[in-house]
Amino acid sequence: MSTPILELRNIRASYGSIEVLHGVNLTVGRGEVVALLGPNGAGKSTLIKVASGILRPSAGQLVIAGRDATGASANALARAGLCTIPEGRGIFPNLTVRENLLMATYSGHKLSDIEQSTYARFPRLAERRSQLAGTMSGGEQQMLSLARALATDPVILLLDELSMGLAPLIVSELYQQVAAIAAEGVSVLVVEQFARTVLGVADQAVLLAHGKVQAFGKASEIGEDVLASAYLGS
Amino acid sequence: MQELLTFTIIGLSTGAIYAVVASGLVVTYTTSGIFNLAHGATGMLAAFTYWQLRFDWDLPAPIALFITLFILCPLFGLLTERIVMRGLQGTTEVVRLSVTVALFAFMIGLANTVWPSDGSREAFLKFFEGNTVPIGGINVSWHKIITFGCAVVVAIVLRLLLFRTRMGVAMRAVVDDRSLTELNGGRPNRVAMFAWALSAMLAGLAGILLAGEQQLNIEPLVLLVINAYAAAIIGGLKSLPRTFAGAAVLGLLDAYYLQFSDNSWFPQSFMGFGLSGIRASIPTIVLFVALLVRPQSRLRAGTVRFREENKVPSWNTAVLGAVSLIVVVVGISGMLTRSNTLFLLNGFTLAIVALSLVPLTGYAGQMSLAPLTFAGLGAVAMSKLPGDGNLLTLLAAITIVAIVGAAVALPAIRLSGIYLALSTAAFAVLVTKLIFNQRQTFMSGNISVPILDIPFIDINSPRGRLILSATAFSLLGLGVIALRRSRLGRRLIALKDSPVAAATLGMNLTQTKLAAFAISAGIAACAGALAGDKVSPQQYDFTQSLPIVLLAVVGGVGTVGGALFGGLLLGGNAVLANAVPSLKNITKIMPGLTGITLGRNPNGATSQISEKFRPLLNRWGIISFSALGGVGIWALDASRIISHWAFFIGGVFWFLAVMPNLIAIVDGTSPRRWWAGAIALTGLAVSLGVDWDQAVDSTGKRLLSLILLVAIFGVGTQRVAENAPRIHHSSPDLLGLDVALTPDELDNVERELGVTI
Repeated sequence: MSTPILELRNIRASYGSIEVLHGVNLTVGRGEVVALLGPNGAGKSTLIKVASGILRPSAGQLVIAGRDATGASANALARAGLCTIPEGRGIFPNLTVRENLLMATYSGHKLSDIEQSTYARFPRLAERRSQLAGTMSGGEQQMLSLARALATDPVILLLDELSMGLAPLIVSELYQQVAAIAAEGVSVLVVEQFARTVLGVADQAVLLAHGKVQAFGKASEIGEDVLASAYLGS
Repeated sequence: MQELLTFTIIGLSTGAIYAVVASGLVVTYTTSGIFNLAHGATGMLAAFTYWQLRFDWDLPAPIALFITLFILCPLFGLLTERIVMRGLQGTTEVVRLSVTVALFAFMIGLANTVWPSDGSREAFLKFFEGNTVPIGGINVSWHKIITFGCAVVVAIVLRLLLFRTRMGVAMRAVVDDRSLTELNGGRPNRVAMFAWALSAMLAGLAGILLAGEQQLNIEPLVLLVINAYAAAIIGGLKSLPRTFAGAAVLGLLDAYYLQFSDNSWFPQSFMGFGLSGIRASIPTIVLFVALLVRPQSRLRAGTVRFREENKVPSWNTAVLGAVSLIVVVVGISGMLTRSNTLFLLNGFTLAIVALSLVPLTGYAGQMSLAPLTFAGLGAVAMSKLPGDGNLLTLLAAITIVAIVGAAVALPAIRLSGIYLALSTAAFAVLVTKLIFNQRQTFMSGNISVPILDIPFIDINSPRGRLILSATAFSLLGLGVIALRRSRLGRRLIALKDSPVAAATLGMNLTQTKLAAFAISAGIAACAGALAGDKVSPQQYDFTQSLPIVLLAVVGGVGTVGGALFGGLLLGGNAVLANAVPSLKNITKIMPGLTGITLGRNPNGATSQISEKFRPLLNRWGIISFSALGGVGIWALDASRIISHWAFFIGGVFWFLAVMPNLIAIVDGTSPRRWWAGAIALTGLAVSLGVDWDQAVDSTGKRLLSLILLVAIFGVGTQRVAENAPRIHHSSPDLLGLDVALTPDELDNVERELGVTI
């Protein structure tokens, strides 16, 4: 088996004196889609923050493609091909659609290429290229944030709560795009509070609760009983 | 008609300078959220630097310009961001604004030091001095045309930069979402450094252009920025086109006023008040109007967690503190010389003014830049009201000023943060220009405020007034603490923490804000009304308010102790400057330097100090030993074994350098604690043993030695004794406890609650 693309080894992370992650191990293999599940307050978003370099872990190692990346800055990781779509809307509301895409050029791709691929996938964004991103609908905003992942051909994609505040129809459309990205061979770590929406796309699933991994395995093997006990408490 | 053209051209050229200044302000505000009060001072420094290169060292103009604008200014901007501004993320607007006040004070001190005003620098020439172009029948200097051209170029370049380049878009992106910018691969710190460099260049350009029009003087160049505020506010601190339009309007208003006020039909006075101050007030009036017509700022939800937090003292601590302050002042006031008494008196007066900011800024989070203006109004009211200084007059004066304070706040109440701060600044400037600088108010340049008349006690001496002001501070301080513990106090905190939550709970934000302003104005008025001496309008000038605000924030604006610390520090600074003329320059930049450190500790100095004493509270043995030491030092003085100076220096050393380290010495491991104890004892022996009156010849040098002693021996003791067990501070206030939990206790709690698995 080749070296995994992303590896968290015994990660601990805290906000001030409150520890949120108490030693988490997680592995994303090359071309794999891993779903990170768990109830509110499990530490899912914190884990994404650690993996993307926004939050420095208080202990443990962040290993990317076999190299120790603990303590690397978020912008360096981003330029190296780690694409993160954070919780909420991963867009700049006071910039136009085109300017938002300009910000994606830090990945090393040309603006014209990014625009072309985005507008081909989401024709609606082409109509709105000079509109302030914050004035678009929630679904369109999420398309714009996904466009960055689609156009910049990342090595690994971290997705945090794509479905937040969106209609179910739009969510399933967005997850089709995620499946498309995964089909191109991009490794994906996707956080989702609603387990059912994501298990169809994922290869592996990790269940996080109280800052620790409670269960992991093939996505198809995560049973209702495991989910229920983790979400509702045993 | 031709005259109108002339004044239009003059107006547009002035407006062009405002536009360049204001655009620099907007660039840093939009990228870092910091409203840079020191922007004008940057331009001033650039103008002086240019003068140095061009006229003193005779470099050719293009080279001097290149060095100033394209090397030194950007470098200065980069360093400002790197050293000062970067630490300010997550702090309140109050702290951010205070840091720029500090920078402002620092730069003025620096300019005064390097280029003292001795009239040797008249030779600041315009570009192409003497060359003019006839436009529409009048001669316009090339300098004016260049000025105008610069503004146009700046407008175009900024527009292209911000909307057409990735750096410009990233500058705007950082404001929207800093961490998302990072996730995109952008580097927010680099972006911010670039913005500050750009802004410093714009300030420098404006400073040089303005210095050519006017004389090379520190004040007009620095205050230029206040005029530019108005333009920046018209642009909503955001839109560059509107900022430029606002600047043009300002310039034209100023020029046309100049033209019309020369006519005989133009009124020279109104209701007996001279109107000569109007011209200088035009930008301020425009600023005030622009602020008032601004749309109401959106209420902020309380999701932002600020780095500041302050503990509320218990009643016992508060009363103990107030009583011991009075006792100490009564005790040492007998030993002081007359001039030192007056300095200390001044320190307490400033401390009361600083105290007025505690409920307003510290509790309610509303920034005011005009505390001294209210003190000035208090002094005027005290001297004009009948009763010749009895207690009723004092109460009346306080009430009147409190009402004025509420009335001023009423129109400004919709504003928050920086906009509110600027409107108080505008108020302060207007009061100074239109009321204090009037014959009717300050007759022949000063008025005498009657001494407070208390039955049976004669306080008509510097010592009496010192004790009075210390007592007033203690009582007002107790009042402020009582306020904090009351229902209104909790409302003030709610207003600061989350206006949205407070409003949704049904709290009347307007009433609460008005109360905060009225209380604050009343306390400040007290400082003025108790002056008991001749006062002049210069004492209450707007620019004098800034250091007070700064030092109150440095001391810790959320606490009464912080106000005392700030006031005494400012007063002590004056002692130092007076006693050691060679130190004058250091004392000029001192307030600035202390303020710049705020980014590291936004809670202010007192909270840092009290944090060191907190562990002592649980150790009665060590407290008794500390008190015994203090009494011992006093006894040495009383029995004339040591001099007053040795008592003072030894006492302060005991308090600041020995007491905080006692626990570490007692509990520490064996070899280290003996060394630490030895260092502390050596320092104490030096403090008490030196014959300060003979060996050191001035007050300032003695104070300096004291600072050095505490710094060297205090820090030395602490470093050596360091390995003693430390108490883990998990901010008990957040948990609703009065004692911090240790890590073990935290684990226990978590186990009990079942939150760990």
